[in-house]
Amino acid sequence: MKALVAIKRVVDYNVKIRVKADQSGVETANVKYSANPFDEIAVEEAVRLKEAGVVSEVVAVSVGPAAAQETLRTALAIGADRAILVQTDDEVQPLAVAKILKHLAEAETPDLVILGKQAIDDDSNQTGQMLAALLGWAQGTFASKVVVEGGKVLVTREIDGGLETVALTLPAVVTTDLRLNEPRYASLPNIMKAKKKPLTVVPVAETGVDVAPRLTTLKVEEPAKRSAGVKVADVAALVDKLKNEAKVI
Amino acid sequence: MASYKAPLRDMRFVLFELMGGDDLASLPGYEEFTRDLIDPVLEEAAKVCEEVLHPLNRSGDEEGCTFENGVVRTPKGFIEAYKTFRDGGWTSIACDPAYGGQGLPKSVNTLVEEMICSANLSFGMYPGLSHGAYVSLHGYGSDELKDAYLPKMVDGTWSGTMCLTEPHCGTDLGLLRTKAVPQDDGSYKITGTKIFISAGEHDLTENIIHLVLARLPDAPKGVKGISLFLVPKFMPDSDGNPGPRNGVACGSIEHKMGIKASSTCVMNFDDATGWLIGQPHKGMQAMFAMMNTERLSVGIQGLGLAEASYQGAVTYARERIQGRSLTGVKHPDKAADPIIVHPDVRRMLLTQRAYVEGCRALGAWAARALDLQKHHTDPAVQEENEEFVALITPVIKALMTDLGFEATNLGVQVFGGHGFIREHGMEQYVRDCRIAQIYEGTNGVQALDLVGRKLPAKAGRNLRRFFHPVAEYIETHVEDDTMGEFVQPLAKAFVRLQQATAQVARAGMANPDEAGAAATDYLRLFGLTALAYLWARMVEVSLPKVGGADDSDGFYTAKVNTARFYMERVLPQTNGLFAQIMAGGKSIMAFDEAAF
Repeated sequence: MKALVAIKRVVDYNVKIRVKADQSGVETANVKYSANPFDEIAVEEAVRLKEAGVVSEVVAVSVGPAAAQETLRTALAIGADRAILVQTDDEVQPLAVAKILKHLAEAETPDLVILGKQAIDDDSNQTGQMLAALLGWAQGTFASKVVVEGGKVLVTREIDGGLETVALTLPAVVTTDLRLNEPRYASLPNIMKAKKKPLTVVPVAETGVDVAPRLTTLKVEEPAKRSAGVKVADVAALVDKLKNEAKVI
Repeated sequence: MASYKAPLRDMRFVLFELMGGDDLASLPGYEEFTRDLIDPVLEEAAKVCEEVLHPLNRSGDEEGCTFENGVVRTPKGFIEAYKTFRDGGWTSIACDPAYGGQGLPKSVNTLVEEMICSANLSFGMYPGLSHGAYVSLHGYGSDELKDAYLPKMVDGTWSGTMCLTEPHCGTDLGLLRTKAVPQDDGSYKITGTKIFISAGEHDLTENIIHLVLARLPDAPKGVKGISLFLVPKFMPDSDGNPGPRNGVACGSIEHKMGIKASSTCVMNFDDATGWLIGQPHKGMQAMFAMMNTERLSVGIQGLGLAEASYQGAVTYARERIQGRSLTGVKHPDKAADPIIVHPDVRRMLLTQRAYVEGCRALGAWAARALDLQKHHTDPAVQEENEEFVALITPVIKALMTDLGFEATNLGVQVFGGHGFIREHGMEQYVRDCRIAQIYEGTNGVQALDLVGRKLPAKAGRNLRRFFHPVAEYIETHVEDDTMGEFVQPLAKAFVRLQQATAQVARAGMANPDEAGAAATDYLRLFGLTALAYLWARMVEVSLPKVGGADDSDGFYTAKVNTARFYMERVLPQTNGLFAQIMAGGKSIMAFDEAAF
């Protein structure tokens, strides 16, 4: 069976995010980018399924600028077999990504699509769910364990108050949570091999998907700075402040 | 404990922008190494160093190696970390692809080495020594030996050592006594005691391959009678797997000031079976092949530790609030200002930074020369670069470890009492750095090598490989409006270096003690001038980008400002060094020995 894995190029989690002076977004010039950590987990899971003999081919896909090829190479270095970049320099929102992935899924006919549950840049947590709905496939989100057996995929999900295991009929969409696995370090020989693995670039227009944003960003602001605290003389003063200044009691 | 983040931004600057590393892929044998491959290699190396090696640095120092019944155990976590390191292919990065290596350019490998040294120098000793043994065996061993041993040494299944030092002989190997007796089957029986053997015994690999200097029965006296032998801990069986134990055992391990997680062993050879590497009595030649590589690597150790110390010091100087700025309160919202407002703290941080970034460029320059020496198609270019490497090797080893020691010491000072206690790991960098000034030839020996061997070699041709490009650079840029500020101090230091060179050559010819007395000061004067040249070149690359789109993170602005600090506040050291050299060695040698 074939697995399709979606991977997004995001600002590295170590970078201290700064807001652009005009409040139109966050500063992205000279900023380190890397693969979305949840997507790395998705790649790792697909590669493990391949190593276990369950999956025969892992195809990594990304939607984004030309530089996202680097991100796809990291997926290839972990062990994906080939990669597809749907290239666009425009902003692509979750619905557009889901439609593009649907287009790719129809062309590639995978049995399993694995994605990170969310990307750490916009934290939308929507693409996987939208993709499953558009395809009309079963979905198992926030997976902390994935087992394929008897034509089904058993997904253990992290939910409030415990774990829930669902059995999905294939083909299915799975989104990964943090505890699903710990991605390996890519080995040097595999990094070198990754350079030679096939990577196809498809202009977004060729997918026929209208990627025009449906949402408009009005303003991006940093959280307000916390101002210094004050010492109060006694309990009465504290109660007074809580009542009249903070208005919480 | 201080955290470590590999300085990839500066590494890319040095490799690609300063040294023009994009052309590496045009050299035969390096076709694959385009930037789109080098970048992920550096990033993955950074991940392994930051996440796997660095967390074991302080615990490894606290625990150290243990020795019991001839068995050495490395600290907790080292076995697992070594497995990750080996599985990632990092033991083989700079090795010959014919034996399973990755054949990475030295220019890239040097940067990876720096990360390993910053993250965990003790850990790096194990693969580092293996690589030294690999270099000698690869260069001088028979095909039979190479085929039998190199693949497993390259993939890290087996490790290697270099057994040179004996209890009575370190620097002067001519005194060594370990003997090798030829056997009928072509092997040799090796008997003797070696000390200070790094990675001589440990639990990271299934076999350890010792490269041992010893004398044949008919050997001439002194260094001309030394041969090199390969002595495995376990004799390989017919399938190449470790078989019966050979007659070599660890007698004890040393208790040391630093690199405590690296085992430093006494190795006893008792009729151990070995095989000759290279020609009889030519062991020093094969050993020096390793030694020159290792000297560059030791220089990188000084750099790596300085970088790690700098990172810790900057973080602390921003967080530690204490006292108020001399020119008025800077952070009224806090009970005190962070200590980074104080001139003396900034002086220390900038000194560390100027040393680190200058030394990174110097290491990259030598690494590039090695790449050109080995892979360029024009024999004239190869030779030029070989001459440059020969000249700069002792400078890199001694200067970068001396500056590394000074920088790590400043790191402790920035932390104050919190640097002196072990908790933050700052004092460990000082202790770990201390050995780098000593092993692979003490820094005093490096200075003698520079003055006594490298300056006069080839009638001064080696020296011209440095003097000519610097002189030309000064001439081209000294009148430049924007570069003049940086090139003029370089020009002054260069004149001092030229005069000191003439003085050392002249006085040394008449009386070798004069050259010996000047050597250490001369090497530092040489090294600081080399850094000034590189700082000027870094400014040249950076100035056009200052304030532009690529400078939104302030990288190029900071580069130029650090260069300014170096020229104004570090390079003047050359004045004092020059005066010391010109004063001659009389006051040193005339002193009555009995009065010490």
